[in-house]
Amino acid sequence: MPEDNNSVVIENLVKQFGDFVAVDHISLDIRKGEVFGFLGPNGAGKSTTIRMLCGLLTPTSGRARVAGYDVGREPESVRQNIGYMSQKFSLYNDLKVIENIRLFAGLYSVPSNQLQARIEWALEMANLKGQENLITGTLPGGWKQRLALGCAVLHKPPVIFLDEPTSGVDPISRRQFWDLIQHMAEEGVTVFVTTHYMEEAEYCNRLALIFRGKIVALGTPSELKRDSMKGELLLIECEPLGNAVEVLQSAPDVIDAAVFGNALHLVVRDAAAAIPQVKKYLSDHSITVGHIEKIRPSLEDVFVSLTTERDSGKERKA
Amino acid sequence: MTDQAQAAIVAEGLTKSFPGVRAVDHSSFDVRSGEIFGLVGPDGAGKTTTLRMLAGIMPPDEGTASVGGFDVVHDPEGAKHHLSYMPQRFGLYEDLTVDENIRFYGDLFGVRKTDREERSAQLLQAAGMREFRKRLAGKLSGGMKQKLGLVCALTHRPKVILLDEPTTGVDPVSRRDFWRILYELASEGVAILTSTAYLDEAERCHRVALLHQGKLLFCDTPANLKAKLGKGVLSVTSSDPRGSRDQLEHAAGISSLVLTGDGLHVVVDDAGRRIPEFEARLKDAHIPFDAIQQVTPTIEDLFIDAVSSGSGASLHA
Repeated sequence: MPEDNNSVVIENLVKQFGDFVAVDHISLDIRKGEVFGFLGPNGAGKSTTIRMLCGLLTPTSGRARVAGYDVGREPESVRQNIGYMSQKFSLYNDLKVIENIRLFAGLYSVPSNQLQARIEWALEMANLKGQENLITGTLPGGWKQRLALGCAVLHKPPVIFLDEPTSGVDPISRRQFWDLIQHMAEEGVTVFVTTHYMEEAEYCNRLALIFRGKIVALGTPSELKRDSMKGELLLIECEPLGNAVEVLQSAPDVIDAAVFGNALHLVVRDAAAAIPQVKKYLSDHSITVGHIEKIRPSLEDVFVSLTTERDSGKERKA
Repeated sequence: MTDQAQAAIVAEGLTKSFPGVRAVDHSSFDVRSGEIFGLVGPDGAGKTTTLRMLAGIMPPDEGTASVGGFDVVHDPEGAKHHLSYMPQRFGLYEDLTVDENIRFYGDLFGVRKTDREERSAQLLQAAGMREFRKRLAGKLSGGMKQKLGLVCALTHRPKVILLDEPTTGVDPVSRRDFWRILYELASEGVAILTSTAYLDEAERCHRVALLHQGKLLFCDTPANLKAKLGKGVLSVTSSDPRGSRDQLEHAAGISSLVLTGDGLHVVVDDAGRRIPEFEARLKDAHIPFDAIQQVTPTIEDLFIDAVSSGSGASLHA
């Protein structure tokens, strides 16, 4: 089977720890130049999958090829051909900017005849020219994160893994960072993003949601918002809010009700049919309805809907 | 229950500097009983410093603050009786069980045993953690730890709670549980001041203060903040987002354009006028697109608009 060097191909991947199936026959095909988002609650199998894809954990069965190498048989080659960045853990804060870059160049075995050019490139990309001697720990969040990205791609890996890369960074720096990522993807780098941060998920071309070891949704952000919710979403402004949630939890045809700021979010099977029913139901319970409308679900609504219906707040793994 | 309109937290002109940086710059706001108030902003905006000053563990350089009517500078002990502060890393004992941690904090806060049992059962129920009472705290997931921290911080029924980024790193499902507890507390009349770096989380608060580099940019309800933007926000859905960007990025009327995973997020002067213009451009260039829709602005749109039109230049420095 012809396989592109830049892609990530996962076929029936399984990882078991004793009796516990952490990753349960997942298959994904990620194209060259794609920004792919991998989402899932804590304990869903996300980290186990990433560790296998990075060649750090051997699969129990199935296979995965990353950058053309089999993660089970050629983990060394996989590790040399990927970049990994996590905003929180990548850099040594007490080293200078240039020292971090040199350290990572060494770790990734950047050839000495390319070293200077790659250092220049990383400084340029991270917009840190002239700042080489600053102590990394003193840099603002947005700079640090660009430096971490520069360090992760010094060896020009065809596939990069990003773990919540822009959490806590100011929105303008975040947009600049994603511009860099989109630019790399346009040049053919495959980007695999894991995050809990729905604002980051919006930047991905496609998203997969893993839950209890299985992929439960796969598609573009718009497809997931359009097709993956079990039902439709209503926003209701009413008074008093607290009573309304309790009353609506037991209302017919209401799948879920939750407070959201000064309003309620209600998941119902059919919005058009539910609006008059809900209005009547609430006024029968002496609750005044101010405003009610159908709203577009956010990715977070989709995420919560897909990961709670088969589960009531329980965790299956410590 | 206290008067709903009474301010439980009052900050006036709070200011704190560290060498080389003014962490909090003349910040004023108040939080009423029963209100969830969000301090929203990126890392380094001054959220933690503000909370520390209100918790009475860091004196302000200037300004005053009171919690539950007690001045936090002159009477920090008085204020401490009424508040609970949950720092980013709450001190759970990892080798104690969930129940033992709760009992320990209950003792520290001098909670009577009868009260404690009832209270902790109720809080654990709300947190969806009843089955985990015998589990070691060290064996809980990140989201569970945060919820346990909150439970411990609430055993003495404080009137005011200060939470520093309680949902950072917590998955959306646990985050929602967490918010459910906050709404219940608010409905019991507790004043809640919580910080977050997730701008989308601002929408869950009754009122928010947007912070940037120590300064308070805006303070209002999320709905009023969005109305302040005064610009239209368009969502372009396309199977060729990069092609759409190339066609539209130099179009007239755009104040911000962001390439997303399957389209563009564009802030424009006049949505009604720009939608047909953009559609015509994309059609002429044969770029496939599903729709251009006007969408509700996000808090992020407002934040970016505010910092790039005002003090934005310093953001890049």
